[in-house]
Amino acid sequence: MSKIEKGTWVEIEQVVLKPEERAPSVPEDTKQVPYVLRVSGFLLEAAELGAEVKIRTIIGRELSGVLRTVNPSYSHSFGTTVPELLTIGTEAEA
Amino acid sequence: MSAKDTSYAAVMARKNEIMKASLGIDFDDYMQSPIAFDYERMMRETGYSLDDIRRIQRETKVGDTPLFELRNLTEAVRRMAGPGKGATILVKDEAANASGSFKARRASISAYEAARKGYKGMIAATSGNYGAAVASQAAQRGLKCIVVQEVYDSRGVGQPEIVEKGRACEAYGAEVLKLTVGPELFYMLLRALEDTGFFNASLYTPFGIRGVETLGTEIAEQVRARYGKDPDAVMITHAGGGNLTGTARGLLAAGCDQTRIVACSVDLGGLHMASDHDFNRKSFTTGHTGFGVPFATWPDRVDVPRNAARSLRYMDEYHLVTQGEVFYITELLTKLEGLERGPAGNISLTAAVAVARQMDRDQIVVVQETEYTGAGKHHNSQLAFARENGVEVRRGDPKDNVPGKAIVIPVSLDQVWGKEQDMEKLRLSYLRNAAKVAAANTWSEADVAFLAADIKRDSAWVRQHMAGL
Repeated sequence: MSKIEKGTWVEIEQVVLKPEERAPSVPEDTKQVPYVLRVSGFLLEAAELGAEVKIRTIIGRELSGVLRTVNPSYSHSFGTTVPELLTIGTEAEA
Repeated sequence: MSAKDTSYAAVMARKNEIMKASLGIDFDDYMQSPIAFDYERMMRETGYSLDDIRRIQRETKVGDTPLFELRNLTEAVRRMAGPGKGATILVKDEAANASGSFKARRASISAYEAARKGYKGMIAATSGNYGAAVASQAAQRGLKCIVVQEVYDSRGVGQPEIVEKGRACEAYGAEVLKLTVGPELFYMLLRALEDTGFFNASLYTPFGIRGVETLGTEIAEQVRARYGKDPDAVMITHAGGGNLTGTARGLLAAGCDQTRIVACSVDLGGLHMASDHDFNRKSFTTGHTGFGVPFATWPDRVDVPRNAARSLRYMDEYHLVTQGEVFYITELLTKLEGLERGPAGNISLTAAVAVARQMDRDQIVVVQETEYTGAGKHHNSQLAFARENGVEVRRGDPKDNVPGKAIVIPVSLDQVWGKEQDMEKLRLSYLRNAAKVAAANTWSEADVAFLAADIKRDSAWVRQHMAGL
C-alpha cells in the first residue's frame, strides 16, 4: 500500500472509551459499542491507511488516531424523491 | 492531550474546576440553598444592557431580522376555521442571521465575552444550529473554535441534518469533534476545555440566554409598529429552554406582559435519546420532547451548575406536534408563501396553525423563528433518510404517527391539530425533581418562593401541592 503524503487533509478515528469504560447511564444497546471520535486535519508524517498517526487540525491542535480517510468530504444531499410531498400545497385544501 | 487521568470518572470528578476556569462565572456566588439561587441577579450581572447586546450583535451580523406576514397561510387557516376565527400568522425570519438561525443571538454575547476576557478560543457541545453559530461568531471575533458533536451511530451512519450541521461548522473554520451516540458528549466537552483552556460557550450560561432577549424585544417593536398592538401569542420551539426563556424575557422587558408564551415541540415519545439503535430513527434532532420535557421539568440537568434557561418560569402553554405535521407545514410554507426554510424551525409554525384557527381574526400570533435550509437540512432529505432506515412514510391522519416507526403526513390542513400538554403535570414533575434534591419538608419560605417563581405559580400553589409529592 502506498503511503499518504505528509500535509494531506485526512480524517482520523480514535476509540475514546471502550464498551466497558462507558458512562454508567448509557442504555444497553449503546453499552455494547465503543465511544468513537472522528476528526479531520493535516497529516503530520507520511503514513499508510490504518496506521496510528498525528494530525494538525484546522485550528492548529495536534491530535492522534488511526488514519481512516484521505480528503474527507461531504456527500449529503436532498435525498431521493418523496412522492408524498409533491402535491402538498397544490391540492384543494379542506 | 493532557497527562491527567482521562477516564470517564476522573474527568467528571474535575467538572466543577473545569467549569469555573472555562466560564469566569462563580455560580456559588448566587446559591442561596440547595434549591434556591438568585436568578435575576445572575442574569443582571452579565453586565450587559439590552442596548449593549443589540450593539454587540449588530457588529457580527445578528438581529434586526424581518417579520413577515404569512398572508396565504393565514387565509388557508381562515377558510377552515369557524366564523370570525383565524388569527394573523407572522413569522420572524431568523434564518437571516449570520449562520442561518436564531442561535447566532445565543452565541454572540459568549463570543464577545470570551474575546473581552482574553480567551484564545471557544468550545460548544451541540449537534444543532448552535455549532455553526458559535463557529461563525468566533470567526468574526478572531477566536479559535471547537464544536463537539454527536454525529454517528455505531455503524458510522449520520443523520443528514447533523452531517450538514457539522459541515457548516467546518465551513466557518471550526475543528469538529465528531462522536458516536452517547451521553459522554459532556465528558468530551470537559476534556476539550481542559486541554485548551478555551471559553465554554455553553448554551445555558446567562450570556447565551441574554443574547436571545433581543429576539423578544424586536418582535414587540415590529408588531407594535405595524399593527399598533402587542402580539397575542408567541409560538416558540422548545428543546433546552433557552429560546423560550430569552424570547419571553425580551417580550417582558418590552412590556408585553399579556402575550401568551407558547412552547412547541415535536412529539418523540417512546424513543430513547441515548440509544444507538433509536438515534437514526428520529427525524428531528432538536425541538423534540426528548429534550423539551426533561429540560422544562428540571433545567439544571445541564453542563453548567445553574441553568440560565428556565422555561417553566415563562411558559403559559405547551403544544406538541407530530413529525408528519411539521413536514407538511414545511412544504406548505414553501409552496404557499414562497419561503423555503429548514423543517426544525417550523415546529412552532405548525403549532401556530393549530392555535391560530382557535383565535379571533383580529388577533396576532407570532412564530418567532425560521432556520436555513439546504442539502441534508431539508424535509425531503430527512424523509428519504427515514424511509431508508425502515421508517414508514405515508399520507394520512397524523394521529396515526408513531415516532421511529411511521411518519404520517396530513392529507389536509384541517388535520393539523397537534395536542396540548398538561401544564399542571409538568409543574408537578418539576416539584418532584426539586424534592429529589432536598426533601419537600426541608424547603424554607425562600425555597418555596423560588420554586413558585420558577414554575410561574405563587407560593400558595407550591405549598398546596407539596404534600402530595
